[in-house]
Amino acid sequence: MSLLTQRLRVLPFLPAYVALYFLFLYLPILLLPVFSFNDAATTTFPLAGFTTKWYASLAGNSVMLQAAWNSLVVGVAVSLLSTVLGICAARAITRYRFRGQRAAAGLIMAPLFLPEIIVAVSLLMIVLAMGVELSLITVILGQTVFCVPYAMSVLVSGFEGFDRSLEEASYDLGETAIGTFRRVTLPVVAPAIVSSLLVTFTISLDEFILAFFLSGTEPTLPVYIWGQLRFAAKLPGVLALGSVMLVASILMLTLAEILRRRAERRTQMAFTLP
Amino acid sequence: MADRPMIEIANVSKFYGIYKALDDVSLTIGEGEFFSLLGPSGCGKTTLLRSIAGFETPTAGEIFIDGVPSLALPPNRRPTNMVFQNYAIFPHLDVAENVAYGLKRLRLSAQDERKRVGDALDQVRLSGLGQRKAHELSGGQRQRVALARALVMRPKVLLLDEPLSALDKKLREEMQVELRTLQKAVGITFILVTHDQYEALALSDRIAVMFGGRIAQIASPKEIYQRPRTRKVADFLGGMNFLKAKVLGEQGNAVSVDAARFGAVNLDKPQGFAATNGHVTVGIRPERLRLLWDDDRAPHELAGRIENRAYFGEVTHLTVGVDGLEQPLSLVETNSFGADDLPVGAEIRLAYDPEAFVLLAEDPPVTRV
Repeated sequence: MSLLTQRLRVLPFLPAYVALYFLFLYLPILLLPVFSFNDAATTTFPLAGFTTKWYASLAGNSVMLQAAWNSLVVGVAVSLLSTVLGICAARAITRYRFRGQRAAAGLIMAPLFLPEIIVAVSLLMIVLAMGVELSLITVILGQTVFCVPYAMSVLVSGFEGFDRSLEEASYDLGETAIGTFRRVTLPVVAPAIVSSLLVTFTISLDEFILAFFLSGTEPTLPVYIWGQLRFAAKLPGVLALGSVMLVASILMLTLAEILRRRAERRTQMAFTLP
Repeated sequence: MADRPMIEIANVSKFYGIYKALDDVSLTIGEGEFFSLLGPSGCGKTTLLRSIAGFETPTAGEIFIDGVPSLALPPNRRPTNMVFQNYAIFPHLDVAENVAYGLKRLRLSAQDERKRVGDALDQVRLSGLGQRKAHELSGGQRQRVALARALVMRPKVLLLDEPLSALDKKLREEMQVELRTLQKAVGITFILVTHDQYEALALSDRIAVMFGGRIAQIASPKEIYQRPRTRKVADFLGGMNFLKAKVLGEQGNAVSVDAARFGAVNLDKPQGFAATNGHVTVGIRPERLRLLWDDDRAPHELAGRIENRAYFGEVTHLTVGVDGLEQPLSLVETNSFGADDLPVGAEIRLAYDPEAFVLLAEDPPVTRV
C-alpha cells in the first residue's frame, strides 16, 4: 500500500475537503458567465433563458468602451514600463554580485506584501501635495510600482540560467557586441520578456484600488464596473463585461506561463547536462 | 615541439586588485602542437587560456598569435576559437545552426556554408543530427557540437577549457581518444586546460604544470611524470614516495646522495637545485617499487612489512613499513600474482631500481598578493 493511500485511509475527509475548497473558490467565478447569458435582469435561479443581448449592449456602450480604451492604454504603458524596469533589476540580481543585493531584491518585491490600500492612499497624498493632476499617467505610475515585482520574478526565472558563456561563445565565433545581443541574448530571453509583458498587462487590467484612487475623471474598466454596480439594472452588462475580462485574463496568463517555462528550459538547458 | 611558434606568451601577468592570477608567465607553443595547461583550481590556467582567447586582458606582457601581437584585438578578431567548459550551445538554435553561427558573418554562398557545416559535423561524427535541438543532445553530443562549431571557423588555435570535466568517466575516456585523433586530423594547435593529470598525460605533446599563477615546469608527458622538477609537480602528477637524502658529493650535473635504506644513489641535478643543510628531497614512483615473490632475487632489495592494503580492481595499493625510513613506502602492484591476497603484517621483500629516483628542487613560495 502506498503512503498516499495509507494517508487517505487515515484521513478519509481529505478529498471531500479539497472538493469543497475548489467549489468555494471557483463556483462564484463560474456563475459569472452563466448569468451573463441569462435573459433576466436579476441574478437568481431558475435561469430565465439564453440571450446574448448583454454582450450586444456592451458594444454600443460608449462610456464603457472609453473605459476599456483607458484600461488598454494604462495596461500597455504599465506592462512596458514595469518590464523594462524589471529587466534592469533581474539582470542586476542574476548577473552581478554587489553589497545590499538581497536587501535591494527584497525592497523591490515588498509592494507585493504591503496593503495596497495604504500604498494607494500614500501615493494619492504625494500626488496631491505635488500639485499633479490625477490622470491616467498617475494610474500608470502607481500600477508600475506594483507590477515591477511581478515582472522581476518572471524575468529572474528566465534570466537565472542565462549563461554568460553563450555571449562569450558568440564573440569568440566572430560576432560583434550588437550582433551578439541580436542573435543570442535577445532570442534566448525573449520568451521571459513576453511573459513578463503579458503578466503585468493582466495585473494592470484587473487592478482596482490604485486605479480608483489615482484615476481622476478617466476611469479604467474595473473603476467603471464599480460605478455600474450601484445600478441593479446594469448588473447583467457588468457580468458580460466581467466574463470577457475573465476569459482574456486566463488566456494571457496561460500564454505567459507557457512562455516563462520555455524561457526557463532554454536558459537552464545551457547549463545542465542530461 | 613543432618548429614554428604559434603562440608566444611573453611575461604575462594578470592582477585582480592586488591578487596575482598570473605572475610573469612566459611560454611558447608550436604550430600543430597539443599543449596542456595543467594545475589545481585557481592556479591561473583558465585565466591564461581566456587571455589567449581575448576574454581577459593581462595587466602586463604580450601574447603573440602566429607572430601578431594580439592583446589589443577583441575575441572576435583573433584566429582562435574556444570550446567552453559547459559547451555554451545556443539553446534557441539547432545543431546545424549552432555550427553555422560563426560562418554567417563570412557571407559564404548557401552551398559553401552547407558544405562546411556538413564537413564539420562529419569530422565530429554528428552527421545526420543537424536538425536536433540542443536540449535533445546527450552530454557527449553537445561536446561534439561545441567542437564542430569552433573547428568550422578554421582557427589557427583551438582552445579547450576543461572540455571533458562534465562527462562521466567512460565517455571521458572515449572523448580523449577522439580529441587526440581529431587534433592529428586537423593538424592545428590545441591548447587544453585541465586539472586531470591523466587527461593531460594521455593527450598532450607537452604539458605546462602551473601553481599559484606561475609555471612550475613545461615538458613532455613522459618527462614531466618521470622527471618532475619539484616536489609539488611530482605530487600533482601522481603518487610519489618522498625521502630525505643526504648529499654525498656533486660532480658537474650529477649529485650523489645517501637515500637512507636505499643506499647511495646518483642523480641528475634539476634546474634550480639547492641543498639545505646538506639534505635534499628525492622521490620514487610507487610503480617503480616491485614485490619480490618466493625465490625472486633483484640487485637492489629491501625488506619490509605490509601496513595497509587497498584493492583497486586491476591493482592493489600497498603501504610498506621499512625499518630506518621515516615514512612507509607506497607501492602499486598489479593483481596478476596475488598482491590482493597479501595480509596486513606480512613480511615482504621489494626490489627497486636506483635509476628510478629523481632529485626534486624546492618549490618557490607561493606569493599571490
